[in-house]
Amino acid sequence: MASALINVPAKAKRGDIIEIKTLMSHIMETGYRRTATGELIPRDIITSFTCRYNGVEIFRADLFPAIAANPFITFFTVAAESGKFDFDWIGDNGFTESASASIAVE
Amino acid sequence: MRSFPAIAGAALLVTAAIVVPLLATEIPQGQRRSGYSFMTPDTQAMQNDDTANPGMLWVLDGEALWNNNTGALNKACADCHHDASASMRGVAAHYPAFDPTLERPVTLEQRINLCRVRHQQAPPLAYESRDLLALTAFVARQSRGLAIEAGADPQLAPFVAKGHELFMHRQGQLNFGCTNCHDDNWDKHLAGSAITQAQPTGYPLYRLEWQSLGSLERRLRACMTGIRAQPYDYGAPELVELELYLMTRARGLPVETPAVRP
Repeated sequence: MASALINVPAKAKRGDIIEIKTLMSHIMETGYRRTATGELIPRDIITSFTCRYNGVEIFRADLFPAIAANPFITFFTVAAESGKFDFDWIGDNGFTESASASIAVE
Repeated sequence: MRSFPAIAGAALLVTAAIVVPLLATEIPQGQRRSGYSFMTPDTQAMQNDDTANPGMLWVLDGEALWNNNTGALNKACADCHHDASASMRGVAAHYPAFDPTLERPVTLEQRINLCRVRHQQAPPLAYESRDLLALTAFVARQSRGLAIEAGADPQLAPFVAKGHELFMHRQGQLNFGCTNCHDDNWDKHLAGSAITQAQPTGYPLYRLEWQSLGSLERRLRACMTGIRAQPYDYGAPELVELELYLMTRARGLPVETPAVRP
């Protein structure tokens, strides 16, 4: 039951610097831990996060085992035009999640 | 001559043994503080912002489960309780509550499972499972900001008293009772961490150390392992009584679910 929390301002003035916050539900299992019986717990992490603004990639991050569970990624961008932000998370074991948010620029 | 220091030492030990229990005093009402007030501004900000608080991921899952048909009767929580923001408002602030059939207090997790078994004919969810935490967090979230009022029911009085007894009771290899840290030393630190007053205002809560949401029972069990005592099993009457006493002790403080703690 993966789910994402996205915080994008609903409205902004053209040229404003806006903050985008994303929180994705994921266990981020490092691959270095062992069970009580000594077996290695296989790695299960998100490896890549991207954000597209009206189809153009404006932010990308590679994720590694040292990143905590439920990765919280925030970044800034300039509000250029009204439209849509698309977010994509890709990870181990075929994990893919996406979310989107709209913004109105005046 | 040689025995004199030994006697003096023994006398000191006896004095210490007498003095220590006397220190166990309750925290005055005006000084009661949520664990929130001990956190850094960064962690407080994480709890305050619903899009930064990872506990909200469980609340969202819980909302989906609330509306999801399940069990032999194929009924959802929402079929009986309808809109949780009205029907569940203030409910968590009164838990653990007395169950007339079992004739004992039950926690919010246990109430959800009883409801599943009695009214949905569904199997109970495992303690600390994602679904049980999610439903509990979703229900408790509806009481956020309301004052805790647990333990007011007179039928609960003997169980509150038992919980208080457990809170004072020394146990484990380190021979500590809860009170020795959380009544007597809450304004101090243990290694780098604040000891805090053990006010369970935000459960189930997201603990950064756990990287997950967890129940108050999980926290109590971790504390018991810390004092090298044998932890009670999940759902054990002792844990419910302790939870009841702690919630009674926190009366008046606002519910913060889902809280974030370090």
